Parts: sequence; C-alpha cells; structure tokens
Amino acid sequence: MFALLAAETAEAATHSSLYDNVWLVPGLPALSFLLILFFGKKLPFKGAEIGLAAVGAAFLYALITMFTWIGDVQDSAAHGDEEEHSLVVEGLSVGSPVTGSPITESPITESPITESTASVVLTAEDSHGPPRGAAIVNEVEWFSIGSASGEAAHSDDGAEDHDEEAADDGHGASEYGKYPISIGTLVDGQSVMMLFVVTLVSLLVHLYSTEYVKGDRRYTHYFAFLSLFTASMLFMVLSSSTLQLIVGWELVGVCSFALIGHWWEEKPNSDAALKAFLTNRVGDIGLLIGMSILYFAAGRTFSIPRINELAVSGAIDKNTLMIAGTCLMAAVMSKSGQFILHTWLPDAMAGPTPVSALIHAATMVVAGVYMIGRLYPVFYIGFGMDGGSLNLMAFLGGLTTVGGGLLAFVQRDVKKVLAYSTVSQLGYMVLALGVGAYTAGMFHLFTHAFFKACLFLGAGSLSHACHHSFDMKSDMGGLRKVMPVTFATFVIGTLALAGIPPLAGFWSKDEILAGAGVWPGTEGNGTFTIPFIFGIMTAALTAAYMTRVIWLVFFGEYRGHEHPHESPKIMTIPLVILATLAVSVGFLNMPSPFVKAIGLPEGWAHRFEDWVEPASVSTFPSIKHANPSLSLAIFASFCALGAAGAVWMYYKRLYAKDPMATEYTAETGSIMANVAPLAMAHKVLEEKYYLDHLYTDAIAGGTKGPLARFANWTNQNILDGVVNLVGLLSAALGKFVYQFIDQGVIDGSVNATGKSASGLGGILRGVQSGQIRQYASLMFGAAALMAAVLIFAV
Amino acid sequence: MQSFLDSWGITSMVFVPLLGAFIMMLIPEKEEELHKTIAFLATIVSAAIGILLLRNFDYDHTELFQFGVDRSWIDVINARYTVGLDGMSLPLVALTLLVTPLVIIYSWNHIPEPGNAKAFLMLILVLHTGMLGTFVARDLVLFFVFFEVVLLPMYFMIGVWGGEQRLYASIKFFLYTLFGSALMLVSFLALYKLTGAETFDIVRLSELVAEKGIPLSTQVLVFGGMFMGFGIKVPMFPFHTWLPDAHTQAPTQGSVILAAVLLKLGTYGFIRIALPILPAAAVEWAPWIGLLAVIGIIYGALGCLAQTDMKRLIAFSSVAHMGYVMLGIATLTDFGINAAIFGMVAHGLITGMLFFVAGSVKERYHTLEIARLGGLLVQAPKLGWILGITTMASLGLPGLAGFWGEFPVILASYDPAPGLSDTLFRVYMVIAAIGTVLAAGYLLWLLQRTAFGTPSEEFKNDPNIHDTVFTEWVAWVPMLILIVVLGFVPSLIFDVTDGPVQLISDMFVNGVDGSALGE
Repeated sequence: MFALLAAETAEAATHSSLYDNVWLVPGLPALSFLLILFFGKKLPFKGAEIGLAAVGAAFLYALITMFTWIGDVQDSAAHGDEEEHSLVVEGLSVGSPVTGSPITESPITESPITESTASVVLTAEDSHGPPRGAAIVNEVEWFSIGSASGEAAHSDDGAEDHDEEAADDGHGASEYGKYPISIGTLVDGQSVMMLFVVTLVSLLVHLYSTEYVKGDRRYTHYFAFLSLFTASMLFMVLSSSTLQLIVGWELVGVCSFALIGHWWEEKPNSDAALKAFLTNRVGDIGLLIGMSILYFAAGRTFSIPRINELAVSGAIDKNTLMIAGTCLMAAVMSKSGQFILHTWLPDAMAGPTPVSALIHAATMVVAGVYMIGRLYPVFYIGFGMDGGSLNLMAFLGGLTTVGGGLLAFVQRDVKKVLAYSTVSQLGYMVLALGVGAYTAGMFHLFTHAFFKACLFLGAGSLSHACHHSFDMKSDMGGLRKVMPVTFATFVIGTLALAGIPPLAGFWSKDEILAGAGVWPGTEGNGTFTIPFIFGIMTAALTAAYMTRVIWLVFFGEYRGHEHPHESPKIMTIPLVILATLAVSVGFLNMPSPFVKAIGLPEGWAHRFEDWVEPASVSTFPSIKHANPSLSLAIFASFCALGAAGAVWMYYKRLYAKDPMATEYTAETGSIMANVAPLAMAHKVLEEKYYLDHLYTDAIAGGTKGPLARFANWTNQNILDGVVNLVGLLSAALGKFVYQFIDQGVIDGSVNATGKSASGLGGILRGVQSGQIRQYASLMFGAAALMAAVLIFAV
Repeated sequence: MQSFLDSWGITSMVFVPLLGAFIMMLIPEKEEELHKTIAFLATIVSAAIGILLLRNFDYDHTELFQFGVDRSWIDVINARYTVGLDGMSLPLVALTLLVTPLVIIYSWNHIPEPGNAKAFLMLILVLHTGMLGTFVARDLVLFFVFFEVVLLPMYFMIGVWGGEQRLYASIKFFLYTLFGSALMLVSFLALYKLTGAETFDIVRLSELVAEKGIPLSTQVLVFGGMFMGFGIKVPMFPFHTWLPDAHTQAPTQGSVILAAVLLKLGTYGFIRIALPILPAAAVEWAPWIGLLAVIGIIYGALGCLAQTDMKRLIAFSSVAHMGYVMLGIATLTDFGINAAIFGMVAHGLITGMLFFVAGSVKERYHTLEIARLGGLLVQAPKLGWILGITTMASLGLPGLAGFWGEFPVILASYDPAPGLSDTLFRVYMVIAAIGTVLAAGYLLWLLQRTAFGTPSEEFKNDPNIHDTVFTEWVAWVPMLILIVVLGFVPSLIFDVTDGPVQLISDMFVNGVDGSALGE
C-alpha cells in the first residue's frame, strides 16, 4: 500500500481531482435515495426525475473517468512500448500475439537493457509514476482501533518498518492496531469498467422503468430503492478495503431483498425475497470469515492493494490464501449464483423485470465475480492456477455453467430461462477466472451485462404486451410480427449470448475457451480439461435453449388470448441501445492475429485487456495469456450453430404436425415419454435437482420446526425448571425463616415494606395483600440466604 | 463552569432525577400533567449536564477518569464515594441519558394499566439514577449499591404494570438477579480482604492484585462470583430464563429500559471490573465465557424461531445479541472489547426500538401473537417501515449500528489474546458467523409475518389501528437517527472507547502469566 501510495501521488497529479472525486459516482445516487424517500411523493414525476438525474450525472462522471483512465493507460503504454518493443518484438515469432509478452514483469529488472534505454525507462518512470494500470487509491480514515497504544503507531516510519514482517502472525504489542481502518476509492481498470457498466445499465433501466412500472402501487419506493441499489453497488465497486467491500456487498443484498419483495402483499414474492437474503447470508459466513483470515494474514489491514501485494510477493502463506479463498468462494456461490447456492436467483424473478435486468443479471450478481477479480492474487496463488489442471473455482464454474444451462431448457417462463441462463453465464465467468484467464472473465462480465440486460428488458417488453404473463407456452408465440423492435433486439441479444460471431458474446466466450489451455496451441496457465469440456458443452446448450425461446416466443402461432402490441418508445429505446452494444462491444478485445488478418492497425487488438488488466508488478500475479486459436473459434461456433439448428429442426417438425403445439405429446409422438432415462432426467431438471426441497423443507423447515421447538422445550422445561425449583425451595426456606426464626425482626421489616410500598402512592393496590406477604417473605428469605453465604465465605 | 463540572458535574447528573422523584412524591397523584413535566424536566436537566460533561470531556485522554470526585463515604470499610467518567463509561452514560427522556416522552400518552403516572414515572427516575450511578462508580461498594438500586423499581414496574403473569415474572427477575448479586458481593468482599482491606477503588484494586500475587486458583474463584453476578444480568446462557418472562410481562417502557440499559450493566461489569482486576483469571475463564456466548447466540436464535409472541421473540433475540457482546469480551482483544461496547450501545438502541414498536403494535392490535398479525405495512405503513429498518439493524446490516457489534467480534475471534486457544476461538468464530444467518432468519421471518402480506379479516376494518402518532415520532426519531449515523460513522464510539480498552487489552497482549502467580 505504501509503495502504491507514494507512486499514486505522482500519477494523481495528472488527473487528481477527477479521480479524487470519483466518490461522487456512488454519492449522487445515495443523495437521490434520500431525496426520493423524503420528497419523492410530492414531485410531479413521483421521484423518478431525481433518480434519473442522479444516475444520469453519475453515468457522465463514470464515462469521463473511463475515458481519462483509457487515456492515461495508453499514454503510459505508449511510453512503455518504446522499451518493450526493443525486447519483446524480436523474441516473438510472427503470428503469436503480443499478449504473450511479459508485461506483468517490470521491464527494469527483467530486461537486458542497455545503459541508454535504462535512463529512458527511468525518466519515463519518473514522469509517469506507476506502471500501466496501477490502482489509484484515495482514502480517509474511517475509524481506528489501537490508536492509543502508541502515538508512534501513526507515524509513517512505524508503518514502513512494519512492511517486512507484516505477514507473520505474531502477537507483539506493536502488532496491535497499527493501521487505521480506511474508507475510500480505488480506481483501476476493473473498477472503471464496472462503473461504466453499472451506471449505464442503471440509467437505461431507470428510463425503461418510468413506463414499465407506471401506475404501480409503490412507484416512488421503487425508484428510491433503484437509487439506493445503484449507490450501494458503486460503493462496493470502488472499495479500497475489504471491509468496505463487505459493507457494499450487504447493502446491495438488502436492496435486492426490497426489490424482489416489491409486491410484498403476495406471499410468494416475500418468500422469494427472504430466500434471496437468507441464501446470501449463508454465503456471507464465508465472506466474513475469509476476509477475517486475510485481515490477519496481511498484518491487520483491510487494504485491498496491500493484501494483493503481500499475496503476490509470497509474504502470505499459500495455504492461508487457499483457505481464505475457499471461504470467499462460499460468498461467490451465493451472490453470483454458483452451484449449489444458486437456487435463490431464479426465484428472484418475482421482482419487477427491470430489477431483474439491473440487479439479477447485469450488476449485483456479478459482485462475486468482481470480488474474485478484486482479490485475484489471493485466488490465483491460493488455488495454484499457475500450471494447475483443476481447482475449486474452475470446477464450480464449470459445473454451474452446465447445470444452469440444462435447467434453462425445461422452463415455461421466459424470465426463468433467462435467470438460469444468467446462472450459467456467471458460471462461465467464474470458470474463466478459475483457469487464470482474468481478462476473459472480466470481458465476459462486461459483454454479458449488455446482452443479458437487453434480453431481460426484452422479456419485460413481451410481458408488457402480453398482459403481465411470462409464460412462453400459453401466452406467447408468433410475436415477431406484432413486436418488430422487441423481436429484433431480442434476437440480437440471443445471438450475442449464444456466442455467434461476430457478436459480443462470441469474443468473450472464445477467450475463455482459449484460456482453458486445452486446445492445441492455446497454452494457458495450465491444461484445464474438465472446465474446457464444460465450457464447450455450455456453448452448445446456450445456443439450444435460446433457440427454443426464440421459437416459442416469436415463431409459430400466437397462443394467448390478448392483443399483443409493441411497447412504447421509452421502453424500446433502451432495448436498441443495449442491442447495439451487444453487437459492438466484442470488438474491444479482438485478438491480434485477427486484427492483422483483416488489416486493422495493431492498436485495435486486445484493447480491453490493456485498459482493464493491471500491468503493475506488485499487486497482480503474473498470469499467462493464452494464444487465440482460429480453429477453436470455428469449432465452438460450429457447436453452437449445430445445437441451435437441431432445436430449430425439432420445432419446425413439431410445427408441421401441429401449429399450436409447444412440445411433443402422445399425439405428436413424444420422445420424452418413450425413453425412460430421458423422462427421468427431465423430471430431475423440472424439480431443479431437488435442491429446493433440501433447502426449504429439510434445512429451513428443520430449523424452524423441530430444532427450534426442541430448543424452546429445553428452555421452558429444563433450564426454567431448575430456576423454578430453586424458586420453590427458597420460598419454602423463606417461609420457614419467616415463621420460625427471628419473627419479630422480619415481621417488622415486612410491615415496613408494606408501608413504604403504599407510601409510594398505593401502587400495589392491584396486588392482593396476601400475596405481598408471601413475596416479601421470599425476598427476605433470599436476603437471609445471602447473609449466610457471606458469613461463611468471607 | 469547568470547576462546577469537575466537582459536581457527575454527581448532579446522577442525582437530579432522584431529586425530581422526591419533588413528585410531595405532589398529589391527580396532577398527572405536572408529574409528567417534572419527570421529563428531571431527565432533561440530567441530560443537559451530561451534554456539558460530554462537551468538556477531553477526548485525547479517553483512558483517564475525568470529572472525578473522591470523597469519604463509609470509612469503616474504606468505601469511598468515587466517581468518574472515561471512554468506556461515556457511551453507556450517553445511551442512558438519551433513552430515559425518550421513554418519558413515549409515556405521555402511553401510561400502561393500571395507570398512576406519578408512581410509574417516579420509578423511572429512580431507575435512571441507579443506571447512571452504576456507569460512573469507581468504587466497588458504590457500584454495588447502584447496581442494586436498579432492581427494585424494575421489580415494581413489572409486578404492577406488567401483563398477565407479571407476579411470576417480577419475582423471578428480582430473585434471580439478587442471587447473582449476592455472589458478586462475596467476590467484592473477598477481593477487599485479599488485597489487605485497604480499598474498594477499582483502579487501585487492579494494581494491588498484581502486586500481592494472589494465587491463581483464588483469583479464578473470585472471578467466578463476579461471573455469576454479571452473567445473570447480561444474561448469559443458561442464566437467561428470567429475561423472556420479564420482557414479555413488562410494560413497553420497562422493556425498553431493560433492553436498552439494564442488560448492559452486566457486560459493563465484566469490562470495568472483572477483566482489569483479575486479568489472569479472565484468561482462564475466557474460553468458557466464549463457549456460553456462542451457545447463547445459536440457542437464542433457535428460541426466537420457536416463539409465537412478538415481544417474547425480541426478548430471545437479546440472548443472541448479548452472546456477540460476550464473545467479543471473551477474546480479550482490543477489537473484541471495542466491538462489545459498540454492540452494547447498538443493541440498546435497536432492541429498545424493537420493544417500542412492539408496544405500539400491542396498543393497536391488543395482541402480539404473530399468527394473528400481518399487513402492518398496509395499515400503518410508517410503523411498518420503522419495524423494517429496525429489524435490518438488528440482523447486523452494514450501514446500520448493529453491524459494528457483530463483524468486529467475528474478526477478533479469529485471533484472540495470547494464552487463548486460536483453534477454539476460530470454532467460536464460525458458530458466531452461522448465528448471523439465523438472526436474519428469525428477524426477516418476523417481518414477513407481521409487516408483509395483507391484514387479516379480524383487523381489516379496525378503526383502532392507526399510523405513528406525534409522541411516538418524538421518542423514536433520535434513536433511528443514531442507528443510521453510528452505522456510517462508527468512529463516534470507537474513538472514545479505544483508549480505555487499550489499557485492558494491553494487559493481555504479552500474555498474562498465570503460572508465575503460584498455585
């Protein structure tokens, strides 16, 4: 942290005020929340205008920050290139990408540079401060514990000395409370990217919602919580410390709770909200413990750059990182819907659809992925991704991506399909990070946000047209003619999600598959065979289930009983914007052989990677970048197209038999019913692998029912039984003392008590006088007991 | 001004409410408004003096007792009237000064059955004096006296203004705590004798115990007596059974004071008296205290899930929450104890609020049976919102006060003081973390069953059910604001408590070598 802070001052000189004030990005929506809450209902647009203005301003700020960041990165890259080229270019054979270059290694120490270049490098270092992509941290003290144990602890010298031994877990007086706990902002490629995604999607969702929830019973509250959510998410994104991350993490959770349960009058909605919150709490056990471990492992600090620095330098033991990483994975599982804690996410669709787009697809659910990226060294080193073949993260991601994809097949509800698709795609991201393909994971997060938001808002538009139904089988079909804009954008979103070239999803998915390092010539961090197979399967699955959706919704005959219509402009404009992005953002990270092949300048290649992946030495592990492979891209696309084609043929033939049918039945000739294993598999999928039964009935029901009742029974009968027994015994003793021993004294006291009690104003008039005596005698019995104890003990 | 505060500040703050009670005694019962005004004024004057003290408090030296007074009192046993305010007592004094006036405001139109504002408010004032006195006493005998002064008014409050089973509940409360106090007193006296019958001064005793080399086994026994006294008051599992009864039967005001302040007398006793005076014994006891604390966390939560009565559920949640506080203390670390104090204040505000809301629900629906409630957000939206925010705070949501009494405790358990088993406390850490899930479970389930949904047929058209009224707002808004502010600015408490807490935790940092004391 200290090295970074020192370096930061140099860098910050360039755009200091912009980066210093980046807290405004979460600050404005937070202010908007308060304003809407207190004044929203009195305003002409019921508070929506405040939300739109605040998020719009936050978006502009994020946009400017993003371009400034890109400018800074490219400036330093331009300087870096001078000396990098001298050592990198000659070492590479033609066709292999520049990404293979050791950009994560410091050129100063590693390269055999001549005296003259060295001086160039150093001047570049002087004028430009940190290496490309280093985080810019801006913190203020939040609170401090341990300040009084020594004033010296606050001085910089103390902190410097501490640098070396920070990682050992000793118990010295000096060890306690060295570091004040800070709150602040951390600007780097990853957070800038996320600021852009969150503010943009949030802005579009705000816009869309003004129409979608028009006339809702809690319109103002809805916008208040959208603002609060946006603020919390941005607060988490900008976290400079793990503690701040926890705070933001939980705050987005509570907003999600409130918005899932937006229509809380109906029990299923509040059930879904509770389920979401509680499942996330289960994962949070891992979060709290994991962050605690890291806090102590890094020498009592929450600072994210500091933890990363120590993890990279090897100062934190690899086993500790592994344990902490495993704990944190529990949090990822719950927040980012990884198996087996994903079950809340499909239920979360009980909330309004724009909320599903913003929170449960594009932003909040990627918080887990984001957190992995934020603490990447911890996971990378802890899970031994360098040269590894399988680890918890890659496996879990792989399992989720296939498991979610399969479940998407059996849903009737278009939103549920998209929800399981989100689960599946989140699995893809986790898989990517698990195989060491950091940029690929982040890039998929980036592209997914746009096309999935597009699809969800598209689904909202469908339901808007079909009178609030999401049922593809009974209320949709043939909608392409009446809803052309929704149709076009939905298809674009689908193609992007299915990874059809050249849409956004293709580029990010391809990078992930290459990153697994299995395909010949890709050479990633290791050879991750199982995750790779999962990845290829999902490529096919995704295309297949989305083709099913497209057919059921837009083709065939209309099966509903209403008159569907295209949604108004205020809803379709966000769709068009998102669809445009779904087409275009993939070009941000094209591999360089491709760029060369189509004759674009080299600068067009792997831009996203340059902007987002930190190239600084100290806080990011030296990951290897896989080589892109044309044959892999062709193969994966072929898988997707093949699967889509098969599904298309299936429905085409079904349509020929019966235009209104949505599945093969006894009449049309059922495949499912005739092949027993298939029918069984179908049943398992429909029951969602029986996980909900396990959680809701066995675990939650067991705790609420028998376990809680047992605890209560113990309380009432055993613990309280003892107390009552003691009470009875001492009452008997008291009576004995009262009647036989020292009657005069006690009698006098009792009367005195009675008098003083009535002196208090007759407050005891409700109590029968007989009882007073009894209780008074009890009291004095106890006093006598106490006196006896005292006499014997002292 | 400074000289007044130095010599009379604390004393007047503590005794002005008692003076108010005396004045009220002379005024006939039927002058209800006058009684309310006097009671309110007495607490306000007390609070005003308290604010002056807080403003003149030297925050750079929170570890020192300030505005200290030391006068002779009972010379025969060397008990002295020694009071003072340091960073550890300050937040609790402030909490008391805040809560009592709010309770009196709430009482303005909520005097429980069978009425008699005069006696009711007098008791609150006596309670106020007792609570404040406990937090500023520096002498063990003085501490004990104040500690016991609190008992009687609460006994009458439950016994006279309580619910159906008030007599049972009040007797149980009284005798149970008295029993603990007896053992505690034995320990105090033993300490006095063992250190040469010189003094009851807490600070001096701490030094004397270190000097005299009292055998560890004796120390452990003496600590045990205090443990009983404070542990019952907290209350710690398995000595908690008086609490649900007392809370359920007490009138709203009694429940609020009980939850907000009274329970803190026990935890405060641990960190003010038990830990600093007997650090070696504390190291021996800490694993057991930690064990009972985590059992309490899980057990309290399970108890909550089984309750059918809203007030009883909140009462059980106190058992769980005080478990976090005690676990924090048991780690014997700066983080743990700071978080414990934060947890005390946070629990005071949050659970106090929950009882206020429960009282108001009871007043409207005439029942607290969860199964019959529902749709509060429809019938009384503001009250429902307040319940929502408070339950969120209670389950430890970051950004609200409850979080800072919870997460730092979990954090501290990972690395307890030297001499304590890391493995054991890490197991405690995991259990405590699981407790946060259960807490979310019972609180949100409560919220779902009471606030969400639609009103039942029974109460659908009940004209008695209305939204929050003025006195409720006045009483609640300060607490709600504090819950939010403390959530975002935890330094308000941590910066104050850290100084004195360091004094304690420093005792443990280098390891208290019990074996050197000799057996």
